[in-house]
Amino acid sequence: MQTSRDDFIIAIRSAFLKKGTQQTFSLLVLISFSLILLILTSFNFKIINYAKMTIREGVYKSSLIVSAPEKFFKKMYFITSEHFSFYDEYQKDRLELEILRSKNLLNEFVIQENNRLKSIIDDYLIISDEIIAKILIDKQSPFAKSVIANKGSKHNIKLGMVALDGEYLVGKVIEVNYLTSRILLLSDFNSKIPVSIEPNGIQSIMSGTGKDYAIIEYVKEEYIIKDNSTVYTSGSGGLFKSGTPIGKIKNLDLKGEKQITFFSDFTQLNFVKILSYEEAKLKVQKKAKIKAAEVLKVEEKKIKVEEVLKVEEKKIKVEEVIKLTVDRPKIKNERNR
Amino acid sequence: MNEIGKQSLFKRTLLNAPIILLFISVLNDFDFNYLDLNYFSFNFTHILIFYCGLRKNINLGYGLIFLAGIINDTIVNLPMGLSSLSYLLICLSSAYLKTITLRPSLLNDLIYFLITILVVNSFSYILLTLIFSIPLEYTNLLINVFYTFLLYSLFVHLFRFYEKIILGQLDV
Repeated sequence: MQTSRDDFIIAIRSAFLKKGTQQTFSLLVLISFSLILLILTSFNFKIINYAKMTIREGVYKSSLIVSAPEKFFKKMYFITSEHFSFYDEYQKDRLELEILRSKNLLNEFVIQENNRLKSIIDDYLIISDEIIAKILIDKQSPFAKSVIANKGSKHNIKLGMVALDGEYLVGKVIEVNYLTSRILLLSDFNSKIPVSIEPNGIQSIMSGTGKDYAIIEYVKEEYIIKDNSTVYTSGSGGLFKSGTPIGKIKNLDLKGEKQITFFSDFTQLNFVKILSYEEAKLKVQKKAKIKAAEVLKVEEKKIKVEEVLKVEEKKIKVEEVIKLTVDRPKIKNERNR
Repeated sequence: MNEIGKQSLFKRTLLNAPIILLFISVLNDFDFNYLDLNYFSFNFTHILIFYCGLRKNINLGYGLIFLAGIINDTIVNLPMGLSSLSYLLICLSSAYLKTITLRPSLLNDLIYFLITILVVNSFSYILLTLIFSIPLEYTNLLINVFYTFLLYSLFVHLFRFYEKIILGQLDV
C-alpha cells in the first residue's frame, strides 16, 4: 500500500472528480455544495430557514411511516418486559397505595390551602388552553434528546411553550413548523431549568446531560441535599409554573454529582400536553384589565345616571319654584276676594 | 404480464436494497435507546456508506448520499449540510482507498475505516462546537465511533452475504 506523492495526488484527484457509472455529480461538486449550505446555515439565511421548514414537514411524516415497524417492536418489548415484572410491581404498588391513601387526606387540605394562598398572591392559577399532541418521532440519540409532536403553528403552538406528560414536566418547544413541532427534552445537553429542591426549598439550576438523567448545578456546598429529595420547577424566569414536579435526587455519592431521575419515562412518551404559562399570566392580566374597565364603565354610568337624576331634580325644583311664583299672586288675589 | 412486472419490481427492490437501507437508516435512526443500554450507540449509515464506497457492484450515488445527509440533519436537528459533508467525506475516503488498493483485505479496510470515522466525527465536532456553538460530549462521540468500528466487520459479513445471495457475485 505504499504510494509515492504523485500516486497520492492522482488517487485523490480520481476520488474527487471521478463520477462513476451512474453518478450525476462528482464528489467535489457535492462537498462544495454542502460547505456552501453549512455557511449559509451559520449565517441564518432566510431562504435556508424556509427550505428547512419545507423539508421538515415532509421528512417528519416519512420518518413516522418508516419508523412504524421499529415502534411496533419497541412496544412489544415494553409489553413483554412489563409482563415479566408484573407480580413484583403489583406487590410494590399495593404497599405504595396504602401509604398514599393515608397521605391523600392530608394532601387535599394542603391543596385547598395552596389554591387559596395562590389566588391571594395572583400566581398562575389559570392555564392556557392545553393542546394534546401525539409524539411522531422520538429520536433520542446520544447527542440530541428531542421529540417531534404532531401539532404546529396551525394549532397555535408557539416557541417556548411547555410540554407535560400528565403532571410531570417533559421539556419545552424549541422549533415550530406548520404541522409539527420539536420539543427539547429535559435530559438534553442544552436544557437548563431553574428548579427548587424540596423539602428544604433550595433554589438551583437543573442541567441535562444527554443521558437519561439530569444533574443539579450551581448549588452552594453549604446546602445539604438529601437523597430522594423531590425536584420541582421554581418558576423563576416566568417560563415554567412553580411547583411542577420533575424528578427525584438519586446517586448523591457518585463523583459528588447530584443526579435527578425523571418521573416521566422519555422513551415511552406517546402523548404530551403543550401549554403556556406566560400566556396564562397574560390572560390573568388581560382579564383583570377587562374587569377594571367594566367596573370603570359601570361607575361612569352610575355617575352619569346620578348627574341626570340631579339635573332632573333641579329641574323639578325650579319648575315648582316657578309654579309657586306664578301661583302666588293668584292665591293672594283669591284670598283678597 | 402482471407477474413479470411484480417479479421485476421485487428484483429491482432487492438490487436497490442498499439505497433503501440508507434512507431507512437516516429516517429511522437505529439506536436501540429503548433497551436502556448506557454507553451504546453506533452509526449504521457510516458503515453502509463506507462499505458501498469500496464495492464496485454496489452504487449508492453521491447525490442520494447527499440527500440522505440532509434528511439526517433534519431528523437529528443538526445544521443543514453537516451530515451530508460527513457522508461525502466518508465517500471520498473509501473512493481513495478503492483507488490505491490492489488486494483488498478486511483488516486494512477496518483500520482505514477507524481513521476515517475518527477524522470525520472530529471534524463534525469541531464545526458543531466552534462554529455553531452546539455543546457535545466528546465521550459520547468516541463511544459511538468505537461501537461503529466494532460492528463494521459484522455488517461487512452481512453485506457480503447479501451480495452473494442477491447479486450472485462477490467482487473481491
